[in-house]
Amino acid sequence: MPRRIVLGIRSVGHRVIDSVWRLGYAARFFSLILLKSGTSIRRFGLIIRELYFTGVLTMIIILVSGLFVGMVLGLQGYETLQKYGAETAVGTLVALSLVRELGPVVAALLFASRAGSAITAEIGLMKATEQLEAMGMMAVDPIARIVAPRFWAGVISMPLLAAMFSAMGIFGGYLVAVVLIGVDEGSFWSQMQSAVDFRFDIVNGIIKTCVFGVAITAIAVFEGYDAQPTAEGVSGATTRTVVTSALVILGLDFVLTSFMFRGVG
Amino acid sequence: MQRATMDLWVGLFVIAGIGALLILALKVGNLGTYSEEKSYTLVGSFENIGGLKIRAPVKSAGVVVGRVMDIQFSTKTFDAAVTMNIDDRYQFPKDTFASILTSGLLGEQYVGLAAGGDEGMLKSGDKIMKTNSALVLEDMIGQFLFDKASEDDGDDSSKF
Amino acid sequence: MTTKALVEIKDLNFSYDERAILKGINMTMPRGKVIGIMGGSGCGKTTLLRLIGGTVTPSSGYVKVDNQIVHELGRNKLFSLRRKMSMLFQFGALFTDLSVFDNVAFQMREHTDLPESVIRDLVFMKLHSVGLRGAHNLMPAELSGGMARRVALARSIALDPMLVMYDEPFAGLDPISLSIIGNLIRRLTEALGMTSILVTHDVHESLKIVDYVYFISEGVIAAHGTPSEVRESVSPFVHQFIHSEVDGPVPFHYPAEKYATDLNLENRFA
Repeated sequence: MPRRIVLGIRSVGHRVIDSVWRLGYAARFFSLILLKSGTSIRRFGLIIRELYFTGVLTMIIILVSGLFVGMVLGLQGYETLQKYGAETAVGTLVALSLVRELGPVVAALLFASRAGSAITAEIGLMKATEQLEAMGMMAVDPIARIVAPRFWAGVISMPLLAAMFSAMGIFGGYLVAVVLIGVDEGSFWSQMQSAVDFRFDIVNGIIKTCVFGVAITAIAVFEGYDAQPTAEGVSGATTRTVVTSALVILGLDFVLTSFMFRGVG
Repeated sequence: MQRATMDLWVGLFVIAGIGALLILALKVGNLGTYSEEKSYTLVGSFENIGGLKIRAPVKSAGVVVGRVMDIQFSTKTFDAAVTMNIDDRYQFPKDTFASILTSGLLGEQYVGLAAGGDEGMLKSGDKIMKTNSALVLEDMIGQFLFDKASEDDGDDSSKF
Repeated sequence: MTTKALVEIKDLNFSYDERAILKGINMTMPRGKVIGIMGGSGCGKTTLLRLIGGTVTPSSGYVKVDNQIVHELGRNKLFSLRRKMSMLFQFGALFTDLSVFDNVAFQMREHTDLPESVIRDLVFMKLHSVGLRGAHNLMPAELSGGMARRVALARSIALDPMLVMYDEPFAGLDPISLSIIGNLIRRLTEALGMTSILVTHDVHESLKIVDYVYFISEGVIAAHGTPSEVRESVSPFVHQFIHSEVDGPVPFHYPAEKYATDLNLENRFA
């Protein structure tokens, strides 16, 4: 019996040390990406190509999800608010929920699932089919040529996608509350405008999305680059990207929210 | 051909993203009605600011004329010094009343300015001399009970 | 005084996780020849190529390419050296998001300032030499294994390197493609005056085209010589390899318990 416990503790210790080591390795990889971003900037076409695959192709799911989330918020919000005769505040409810929290977080989760996993799979497959090594042998640095453009494309796409998500959500809330249910349009917008502060709510939301964008894309490219060059390796890496991104997003959201929205309301 | 379509889509994507940001900033938020330039400062001392917060509106006749910039506790006079940024377009006479009011029954508190009749206007940095503190619920209840009690007794109350 | 050898390997040792993969390897590869490196699977042949290319560092000893010790080169020098070397990977390793044309043009676009018109001509010439000029618009996914290998070959000679390394170029090909690739390796080496290092275990094809061959077994060089010397070799390992014998120094049975013990024969009829 004790032997099993000892073995168990040893394996936990191993795992912890492995994770710490991996974290350090990831941090070094991240600094390499930043150092070698010169090529991406000089040949902006590389980033544009990746913007297409990362941003444009994720647009559809972001817009549709944003619309539905906004509509649900409008519906649920109206149900509860009308009990207190405050149904004109539904605009405020939808806008603040989206701009402060749901927009950044849900858009980030969707981005991680669609674009993040795609990036990981692509880089992982390139590793498995020796394309990255071939590129290295041709004296072209794969980090500069393949990894960095994808990283910057993700960082640029994320805030834009989150803004689109929030905008569509508010439109969805408008559709449900004003067009369908019949809340007064003027009060809908004016209450929202007086309650949503640009500096406080919108800019904070944008800062959140930028932080999320960096985190998700960094995780995605690292997992791809570090994947085992086999089929299971790549699929494991893709899963890890989505799971790790989700946890990091939610964790960072808490940290950022507690900094930003201390002492409000 | 492939390259050109890709560039087109990316361009549209970036435009849509920036458009969304602009919509959020202008239509949803209050950036349009938000200008930090061309304002002057006024200070007012209050015995009790109640639930007044920084960034609360300063209104006169119900119209927003400025924002609360800073709230400090003064150890000299042991009351609250509230600093307000007032839009340059609005000048107020020297005997203006500043009160802390509540919007609606349970709404947020704001500073209300009621203009007096003085010909001289307040300048930047001036102190508003006449202030009304926020109403504190406990004081009101206490006052109400006291009034009720003295009414029953037929006594005259001399307290504020 | 430049030595005639392009690649010089001296007392090379390489270990991975305390497992010794290569022990005390000594090789000399003269310029302009086709050199074969043969051995069973997993004997360290590919590692040898990686050591020459500088992707991995030796535990001791050194590899010299063109009189420079590879693992002592700084990043920039290593990259300059790599521009004169090429590697043909086992399954081609073509860039899947680029067309055949763009794959071959890749190095030219990255490392030179040649105008597109010149690159176009060069790419077509390289593709013509492997017989795939007509396929220049196809994507790698649309190519057969043999064709992909040939495009990869065209890509590896894009900048007229002085050294080309081939990692199992014959693996998984049909007889016609086998012959084509072997033929191309020989012809291109002679036409371009470059040196080719061929890592393979296809004895038949490679002995037809190599000038010199090394046999590696269990991390050391078991034998070396010209094809005719090797065919007549009496070394048991080489003999088994060349004549494709089922059993010999490389055993048929993986180390195991006694057969009777595994079948529990001792206790069955007790």
